[in-house]
Amino acid sequence: MDYALDIRGLRKTFPGGLEALKGIDLQVEAGDFFALLGPNGAGKSTTLGVLASLVRKTAGQVRVFDADLDTDPARLKTWLGFVPQEFNFNQFEKVGDIVRTQAGYYGMAPARAALNAERYLRELGLWDKRNSPARMLSGGMKRRLLIARALVHEPRVLILDEPTAGVDIELRRSMWGFLERINREGVTIILTTHYLEEAEALCRNIAIIDGGRILQNCSKQELLQQLSMEHFIFDIRNDPGTVPQLEGYHCFRNDEGALVVEVEKEDGLNDVFRQLGEQGWEVTSMRNRSNRLEELFMSLVGRSLPESEEEESA
Amino acid sequence: MTPYQIWIAFMTIVVREIRRFTRIWPQTLLPPAVTMTLYFVIFGNLIGSRIGPMEGYDYMEFIVPGLIMMSVITSSYANVVSSFFSMKFQRSIEELLVSPTPNWVILTGYLAGGMARGLIVGFVVMLVSLAFTTLEFHSPVLVVSTALLTSLVFSLGGFINAMFATKFDDISIVPTFVLTPLTYLGGVFYSINLLDPLWQTLSMANPILYMVNAFRYGVLGASDVGPVWAITMLVVFAVVLFTVSLRLLNRGKGIRS
Repeated sequence: MDYALDIRGLRKTFPGGLEALKGIDLQVEAGDFFALLGPNGAGKSTTLGVLASLVRKTAGQVRVFDADLDTDPARLKTWLGFVPQEFNFNQFEKVGDIVRTQAGYYGMAPARAALNAERYLRELGLWDKRNSPARMLSGGMKRRLLIARALVHEPRVLILDEPTAGVDIELRRSMWGFLERINREGVTIILTTHYLEEAEALCRNIAIIDGGRILQNCSKQELLQQLSMEHFIFDIRNDPGTVPQLEGYHCFRNDEGALVVEVEKEDGLNDVFRQLGEQGWEVTSMRNRSNRLEELFMSLVGRSLPESEEEESA
Repeated sequence: MTPYQIWIAFMTIVVREIRRFTRIWPQTLLPPAVTMTLYFVIFGNLIGSRIGPMEGYDYMEFIVPGLIMMSVITSSYANVVSSFFSMKFQRSIEELLVSPTPNWVILTGYLAGGMARGLIVGFVVMLVSLAFTTLEFHSPVLVVSTALLTSLVFSLGGFINAMFATKFDDISIVPTFVLTPLTYLGGVFYSINLLDPLWQTLSMANPILYMVNAFRYGVLGASDVGPVWAITMLVVFAVVLFTVSLRLLNRGKGIRS
């Protein structure tokens, strides 16, 4: 198997004794769109920090394609692009200079660096801001600048730590489109996110991490198949706002007051429609509840993902 | 990385550093020129004319090499300590740490940036001094090599300070309480032959004394310390500080967890 990322027995113990990673095994195939999910303090950022050479591992092996972190760190770094959660560029430097300079750190000749910088700044809608100091950019623009900077040296693997944290929905969807496009061009993408909708929409494979251990590592479909129940939301004509009594099904109203029916994964919906019809409920439309991953996540780690943008300090 | 790629990475750091201190020239290049002009006017002209000759030279002639060195020392140190600590503080140092640029290239890039600022400021102060006195270089090679080595040593000092610093106060303590006293007591304004034997001996432990005197020898052909001994001391300081700096960087002191 051609792995873009191969982590075996990764451990990290911080000075003071905090054991952030307790033997992580993780493989990501080349060309994958992969999500690493977990609550605060789970070890997501520490794992990405080790990959990006910002955190020293205590034990274990990390390989990116055939480059080993211990024996060939320079080549491993060349193949990685890292988008951190925090804005870690010089706020006083110009946008264009930040991106071109980063290419220089990878040994890219100035002419090619300028071409690549223009390409990614244009694609991410920042070309008009190339002569502006970074501090003048909006939060969403700064996030896109981080992505342009990470891509300028043409990495084979792009790692993103909460790439759309604090970004409005419209911009988030345009960033999803951009990430899907570069993934189709062959760049393996690994991201952490606390928007489970993001992982469900974008990723083919997902790992769930908690307490420094990987709890699940499989395809999104396999993960979702673990759900035994599905929730369907029904829109009712002249909805009385009450809850119908359907034999064999649990019905309730969600936070928005919409009617939700819980259905066993193997069961069809014909019986639900029949019973609703017999009781005089006229269904105008129906949809599947979208946050299925959230339910699964809660069942695995026992709590929901944080709403905050903050990650673990470890 | 290939040697060519390493060269590009090195030049990227150097150009970025030079772009930084030239962008803020009213904070970096102008103040030393103004301060040294005041030194020349007050100490050289007004007070110096009453002091009389020092070691056989007009007082203005005597202090010019020391004041040029003083500018080189403070500017080289200030450039590296402020630039590297700012990168640490803003975490933009991570741009370099995630890249394949070797640590020795990161270090030499910052040193070259510090040396560039120190030497440019030294050159500006030398031009200013020409308005007050004439300079006839006794040994241009010694002048250049002393200026290069001094700017290197103090760039290294600034780098080590930045590696240990955790807050902005930490980057002003050493310049204020160590660098400035050592500079003023390093024979910029007087010959150590004026001191008692005990203070002469103590002065020999001050590294800045060697730099000032080597430079003064290069300009005037006379100094309190032999130029060969002074250059040797500078090389030793440079080697020791470079080794310490590279070890700190390899250990990731304050920049990698």
